[in-house]
Amino acid sequence: MALIFPKESLSVYPKHLSPEYRSTVKRSPSKPLIIVPHTLSELTGPVYGHDAVQEGDADLTKQHKGEPLGERIIVHGHIFDEDKRPIPDALVEIWQANACGRYVHNVDQHPAPLDPNFTGAGRTITDKKGYYRFITVKPGAYPWGNHHNAWRPNHIHFSVFGHSFLSRLVTQMYFPGDPLFPFDPIFNSVTDEKARQRMVSIFDLENTIPDWALCFRFDIVLRGREQTPQDTDKH
Amino acid sequence: MSNITPSQTVGPYFAYGLAPHSRCDWAPSPNYDWKQTVSADLVTPDTTGRRIRIEGRVLDGDGLPINDAMLEIWQADAQGRYAHPRDNRALPNTQFKGFGRSATDKHGAYSFDTVKPGPVPGPDGKLQAPHIVVCVYSRGMLRQIYTRLYFADEAANDTDLILTLVPEDRRGTLVAHKAMRGELPVYHFDIRVQGENETVFFDV
Repeated sequence: MALIFPKESLSVYPKHLSPEYRSTVKRSPSKPLIIVPHTLSELTGPVYGHDAVQEGDADLTKQHKGEPLGERIIVHGHIFDEDKRPIPDALVEIWQANACGRYVHNVDQHPAPLDPNFTGAGRTITDKKGYYRFITVKPGAYPWGNHHNAWRPNHIHFSVFGHSFLSRLVTQMYFPGDPLFPFDPIFNSVTDEKARQRMVSIFDLENTIPDWALCFRFDIVLRGREQTPQDTDKH
Repeated sequence: MSNITPSQTVGPYFAYGLAPHSRCDWAPSPNYDWKQTVSADLVTPDTTGRRIRIEGRVLDGDGLPINDAMLEIWQADAQGRYAHPRDNRALPNTQFKGFGRSATDKHGAYSFDTVKPGPVPGPDGKLQAPHIVVCVYSRGMLRQIYTRLYFADEAANDTDLILTLVPEDRRGTLVAHKAMRGELPVYHFDIRVQGENETVFFDV
């Protein structure tokens, strides 16, 4: 399998400098990035086996003595390459705020309660069909200092490893119909509407478990596609 | 049109999930027990080759330390072999995975313990100078940025395929300098995200 990583695919990514998100102003490269060919160093990347995760790592509601407060949810989906072929053995790591919108991190000073029964970190490895599944609680929205009355839409942070170091993705999963979308400079740093919607999970009634938990589907497409033979037909 | 899922920032709070035991600017309670899958120590018991340490700081456009960045490194082993099926050269394998992750602390400092990588071939079959691929994530970065670390004590730098694509006056930003700490070679490599002496980043 010869995978290539077309750079054009990155056109939907946010720009490094997106001034509406203030922290990018001093943290984005100001000089043009140098265009270089992909070598073995870029085309390879860390490989994970199922020993990278432990039983229970994917259930964020079972990491403590009691159950966390909040709305229990299932988040699941498939990880694909650009040709929509599933990516097995992909390490997926997530972290999120609790149901009140508070992170287990000393820098987070939002005056909302911590939940002794919720850490907010999880990980799993995709199966041979590229499928992953987490059980967690729906994270709350929370304020941040970007501008007056700034609030982040509810989101879960995702970190994913694909076939190579070039397919590495860190992103955020949002929830459908969030009223904060129009006001969030991080969400809107992706300027293409269709691309932006690919960060929004879909409510999945079919996989919602009656009397237990709502389900959201979040499929992820990583960089990388099969090399197609050069078209030699010149007319 | 591309169908990939767009990148978003790693944000300020990744440490407790991605790098809980890394040196970083957060204080987990003593009973915080989230196991770390990826650490800043890449050395495995069977690793051959020269053990080295890499240290440096990550700085913003004002030269101030970035205390909530995360670095990931990817490298070949001492023989120049990547622990990946795409590297199918007949070289003996080891447990060395070649992947590491370090958060930065309140001084913007990071570190890795690893071995010096051997040379790996470029697309033309010619060997590249020994190097490590470095990926930077941070609050205020909506997407990761890629760079490379080269070693100052390698003559092959002068003819390296990638390094020679970089304007000569900026190549120095990709070169780590060695100082001995007892028996241990310590390579110093600062990453300046923006501004004067801005590190070269690659469009890959």
